[in-house]
Amino acid sequence: MTVRLSCISKRFQEHVALDDVSLEIPRGSLTALLGPSGSGKSTLLRIIAGLEDPDAGTVHIDGIDVTGVRPQRRGIGFVFQNYAAFKHMTVRDNIGFGLSVRRRPKAEIHSRVDELLELVQLRGLGERFPGQLSGGQRQRMALARALAVDPAVLLLDEPFGALDARVRADLRRWLRELHEQTEVTTVLVTHDQEEAMEVADRIAVMDHAHIRQVGAPRELYDDPSNPFVMEFFGTVNRVGDAFVRPHDLKLERVPTGADGAATIERLVHLGFAVRADLVQDDGHMLTAQLTADEVADLGLEVGDSVAVAARRERVFLEGEGI
Amino acid sequence: MVTRALDAPPPSRGRQRARPGGAGASIGLGIAVAYLSLIVLIPLAALAWSAIGGGWSAFWTAVSSPEAVAALRLTFEVSAAAVAINAVMGTVVAWVLVRDSFRGRWAVDVLLDLPFALPTIVAGLTLLSLYGVDGPFGVNIAYTRIGIVMALIFVTLPFSVRAVQPVLAALDRDMEDAAATLGAGPFTVFRKVILPNLVPAVLSGIGLSFSRAIGEFGAVVLIAGNLPFKTETASVYIFGQIENDNSAAAAAASLVLLLASLVLLVVFGLIESRVTRHAR
Repeated sequence: MTVRLSCISKRFQEHVALDDVSLEIPRGSLTALLGPSGSGKSTLLRIIAGLEDPDAGTVHIDGIDVTGVRPQRRGIGFVFQNYAAFKHMTVRDNIGFGLSVRRRPKAEIHSRVDELLELVQLRGLGERFPGQLSGGQRQRMALARALAVDPAVLLLDEPFGALDARVRADLRRWLRELHEQTEVTTVLVTHDQEEAMEVADRIAVMDHAHIRQVGAPRELYDDPSNPFVMEFFGTVNRVGDAFVRPHDLKLERVPTGADGAATIERLVHLGFAVRADLVQDDGHMLTAQLTADEVADLGLEVGDSVAVAARRERVFLEGEGI
Repeated sequence: MVTRALDAPPPSRGRQRARPGGAGASIGLGIAVAYLSLIVLIPLAALAWSAIGGGWSAFWTAVSSPEAVAALRLTFEVSAAAVAINAVMGTVVAWVLVRDSFRGRWAVDVLLDLPFALPTIVAGLTLLSLYGVDGPFGVNIAYTRIGIVMALIFVTLPFSVRAVQPVLAALDRDMEDAAATLGAGPFTVFRKVILPNLVPAVLSGIGLSFSRAIGEFGAVVLIAGNLPFKTETASVYIFGQIENDNSAAAAAASLVLLLASLVLLVVFGLIESRVTRHAR
């Protein structure tokens, strides 16, 4: 384990940000802290960094208790959503900041910065100021700056949140590749489940100051342990006590007015997939997802009556409730 | 190695281009120029004319008279002292106002503008009764240079504080957190991250304060005592020359103050644009 969080609690005045949270982050992993805003994920990240102190609980990094140790001495790298670039310094000086604070020889800093500029694909831009870079370039500079000091853990707080969708998608893929190269233990905070699933090898889902489930992305999607996690990873239908994903609903045409039938309200063609909005005879709404071929084979039209069956469903036991 | 290139073209950094203006734009420009001429340029030209209208030698005789030289020199010295002190203390006050929360902060914030709002002669009277012969603290700095410096510190403090305060408030706190996670202690964070971002604001505070200080009359005239060659500042000297019907000497000294202000504004403008080159 690189990071071990034990029984962390933190409140801000009346607001409980974290309530008895424990989490272990394996060496070399890329773990995402995923949750809606206000779930406590950023606070947890800042506690690992030492930028916030927990009210209770301990933080271990590489087996050493660092609770109460100042951020300067934790051996971490931190990347902020808004880049937190040193605007008055060149890109080169930004990246070399941690090394120059450590009073490393100039030549060593220079060659290390060259390496990092290469790594984050900013070669040739070292003499620019951050204000002359695009958002994506600035965030890569911030990443290089954090990596320069060889941190035991790299902490990323919504690093792509301020970027537009195209750049964000590029950077996700790039971050994944970078992680595979550097193998630095990384913790990524995000509210975007797609981002977490694409980038992370482990995800801790957070909600209301608690961790709801920890696991591999696939595990969380296929085997959620509670309704919150299930609903966080995509649209869910309630069928009685059961939860069913839209693509697990099977439709079959039946005569109008048949017992228990549902009516197709809307068919939304999304290219390969088609979303069908259904109303059951008791007024309950369902969303099904089919392929365009299935819709054509069944000859489905708006207003048709269909029988609905679940291929796969989940029932959560009492105590796993929301 | 990651080989896929991600470099998006950098955003264009061109300055705002003027849009092709219609008739409205030229009317606006005309009004602005006429107004500036009327309020600023014509009086300045008139002053220059009355200062050097009698010829260069008359001007030179007037400004090189021992009393004028002493008054101008004193003015620049006390102004520099007051401004230097306020550059530091004004930044400290701004820091406290922005970064510390304490009861009555808003009251301090309001109080700060008092030197702006107070008629300067009233400020002079206050200082005189406080630090004069019968002052409550038994401190007597009336009719001394220290007294003049105190008066100038009082009137220029808001310039220093108000120049730094908004810049400090807008400073990105994540920048300091980032520096801390990179190993920088509080002193290093201040020196390498905060201070460089404050320098332009401090400089502009210095420029404004200095321009104000060299021309200050009301706050100075009572506490200075106006002893020629000792505590007579340029503004008081100018007033004295007018009283004595020696308007040429008054205009000459005024022109020197005017030029000093101009040079200061230009110099500080240049320094500022140099230290903020990263923002362009």
